[in-house]
This record gives sequence, C-alpha cells and structure tokens, in this order.
Amino acid sequence: MQIGRKTAWYMLFLGASLVLVMLIFAHAALTGPYYEEALEEKAAMVKALGLTDLCLFTEARYTRHPAMADLGTAFQDHPLSLEHFPSGSVIAPPRHLRNP
Amino acid sequence: MWINWVNRQANILEFTLSSLLRRRGRNAALVLVYTAVVSVLASAMFFTHSIKEEAAMLLDGAPEIVVQRMVAGRHDLMPAAYIDAIRGIRGVSHVKGRLWGYYYDAAEKANYTLIAPEGLAPGRGNVAIGSGISRSRKAYEGDLMPFRAHDGSEMNFRVRKIISARSELVSADLMLLSEEDFRALFGIAPDRVTDLAVGVSNPAEVITVARKVAEALPDTRPILREEILRTYEAVFNWRGGLMAVVLSASVLAFVILAWDKASGLSAEERREIGVLKAIGWETSEVLRMKFFEGAVVSLSSFLMGVIAAYAHVYLADSVIFAPVLKGWSVLYPEFKLMPSVDFYQLAALFFLTVIPYTAATVVPSWRAATTDPDAIMRT
Repeated sequence: MQIGRKTAWYMLFLGASLVLVMLIFAHAALTGPYYEEALEEKAAMVKALGLTDLCLFTEARYTRHPAMADLGTAFQDHPLSLEHFPSGSVIAPPRHLRNP
Repeated sequence: MWINWVNRQANILEFTLSSLLRRRGRNAALVLVYTAVVSVLASAMFFTHSIKEEAAMLLDGAPEIVVQRMVAGRHDLMPAAYIDAIRGIRGVSHVKGRLWGYYYDAAEKANYTLIAPEGLAPGRGNVAIGSGISRSRKAYEGDLMPFRAHDGSEMNFRVRKIISARSELVSADLMLLSEEDFRALFGIAPDRVTDLAVGVSNPAEVITVARKVAEALPDTRPILREEILRTYEAVFNWRGGLMAVVLSASVLAFVILAWDKASGLSAEERREIGVLKAIGWETSEVLRMKFFEGAVVSLSSFLMGVIAAYAHVYLADSVIFAPVLKGWSVLYPEFKLMPSVDFYQLAALFFLTVIPYTAATVVPSWRAATTDPDAIMRT
C-alpha cells in the first residue's frame, strides 16, 4: 500500500486528535474520585445548613438564590424597572415561575 | 482488490491535502474560525452539563419544602407561630425556622449570605466565613471583622474558621454566626424567622403537604425540593441565557461560513474541477475529493474544538466564560467543575457541525462536476 507523505502526516494528526478525545473521557473517569470527596463535603454542608442554591452569582438576591426567587423579582426595585444585573441574562428564570 | 481501493482513496486524499495546502492561508483561517465556533459551543455544553450534574447531586440534600411568607409581593419575615401551625399538618415530620439574610459590605461592594445555623453556629461574637469572603476581605482565622448593624452601631466578629475552599461552589459567600448575633445585627425580633424548612415523612405526600400549607397559611408560598432541582436543570437551559447567547452567535457564524461554501465555488476551484475532468477523473472521484476536502476541514476543526473546550472548562476553569459569569459580582466563587462528558451531546455537536459543512462542500461541486469540462474551463 502506498501512502503519500501528506496523507501520512494527516493520519498522524487525526490519530493523535482521536487519542486526545479518548483521553478526555479517561480524564473525566479517572479524576472522578478526587471530585467525589469534595462533592461529599459540599453535599454534607448543603444538608447540615439546609442550603437551597449554588453560590454562582452573588450580585443580586434572585441570582444568588434563583430557587427562592418569586414572581415579584422582575419588579423588585420599582414597577417598570428592568432587571439590570448581567447575570440575569446568563441564567434563565426558574421553571416553576415561568409556568406557575 | 481492497488494497487497490484503499490506494485509490489515499491518492485522492493526498491530492485533496495538496489542493488544501495550495490555498493554505484561506483554509487555515477557515479551520481557525471553525475550531473557535466548535470550541465555544462545546465549552458551553461541558460547562452547563457539569453545573447541572453537580447541582442535582448537591441539592438533593436541600430541604424538602421551604415555606416563605409573602407580603405585597415580597418575602417577609415569618412569625414563629407558623411553625406550630405547620407542625400540626398530617405527614409533616419536622419544621425548622431558618435564619438567613444578605449583608452588603460597602467597603468591598460585595454581598454576603449570612446564616445562623441551628447547632452549628460558631458561638457568640464569632463567625465562620466562606473562602470567597476571606479572599476579598483578606480576613483570616483570628481576625476581627467589623459590621454595621441595623441601628448604625458597629459589631465586631472574630473569624473562628474559614470554610474549606473545596466547598466554594456552595459556600464562597457564606458567613455563619450565632442566632443572637444574627438577630442583633439585623434587628430581627425573637419571634420571627426568615423562612421555614419542612420535612415530610413520606416523599409521596410532599405535594399534598405543600398544598395543605398554602391552604392553612394563605400568605405563604411553599417551594418544593423538586422545584429547586428543576430550577438548576433549567437555569442554564439552551432556550435562555448563556446557551442562547453562545448558540446564536456561534450558529450565525457557522451559517455564514456554510453559506459562503454552499453558495458557489471560486473560479479557481471550478477550473480545478474542469482540469480534473479533462484529464480523465470521473464525477464520483471529483465528488470524493470534495467530500474529503470538507471532511478534512470539519473533522479536524471538530476534534481540535472539542479538545480546546475540555481544556478551557476543566483545566483552565472556564477562563473565557468567567468575565460573563462574574457579572457585577465582586465575590465570585473559584470552583473546579467535576469533569463530565456526555457522549450523546458530543455526537449531537458532531452531527450539527461536521455533517452540514461537509454536505455544503459537496453540493456545489456536484453541480460543477456534472457539467462539461470544456464549458467549466471557459467560464
């Protein structure tokens, strides 16, 4: 079988990329135990303190605790006030408020 | 027999690669843009998938029902007498008043979440703080932290403990303090709590209990754990927020790219097809060459994009997304997401990016390849 130089290089690149993609799956599986320990610590804290939300955005009440937000959230500052915190455009409102 | 076939394909691929390298500047730019589009899409996918998974695992321990009191469309403090009213509902196993709130630190321009946990408070005059607060306030164990109380007076708390940085995803902005200190800081009467955490003995009765709570205390609003979990399932929904922003920009870029390809071949490419046909290439071979061209560009970009996205989200802690996610937050948790790759999502991304592009390369070539070579070369 004759394979040209460029084809050989491309196959090498393709093979290396595929190996790296496989390594992604391996990395995700192998690092699991390390993260699980931290996950258990966090889960224990959620249970002990009765937490309801992840600490993702601390700029406003409804982004710090989206699960606790209510239907008045959109007008929290004054009627007709538009929601103005950047993280409000990054996350969607809770489903139970959209379909009450 | 098959060796001949493989050799033939290898030769076509070799010719394709030479042809791509002849226009290396244009194709390199194409691969770069394509890789960036895939990488941004895959990053958003990895990020949201991990956050959703982690939220589902963590918030499984959240209270079964949280009962809030609403006054004029706003949360209001809950009279402690409501605890007994809810305790009387059949099926309720326990009711706990929660004391928590926000404190805006004017010096740091950051919001903290203050909690007075029952039995876990660090003792009067002391606080345990999340590592996010410790980082932004440069407060460490043994330091004194001044706070402005509701009446304008200053209250000083000694930092007893910094909550482990490993739990930053739930605790970066937390400050734990005693019930007495919490009430003194915010001026909350002893017969008031922020909201109630309700436990239900039989999980099947949660909805019934919530309904009974809303009936017995009409000014309250129960929030089920299932709703909390669903919130995080939908929080980074593809229809809203981050995904919509990323998707629309990426899809638009990709459509322009594919449209440019599909709308026609350059004069040079047409001439190339004409010459190939004139020297005896069959239409199927020309099409295969064009298919290889599309596949080489899109497959390479897809693989590099996915690898770059994984490195970005899990090894570089979403450094490109961070400015968007941080928003106005001064206090932003520095968390490492648990790597989680969903094979089906990757497959969907593959079919959405590689297949349409490859098809867009082949279709216009098919039109050129089926025309008379003489006519093509003369145009």
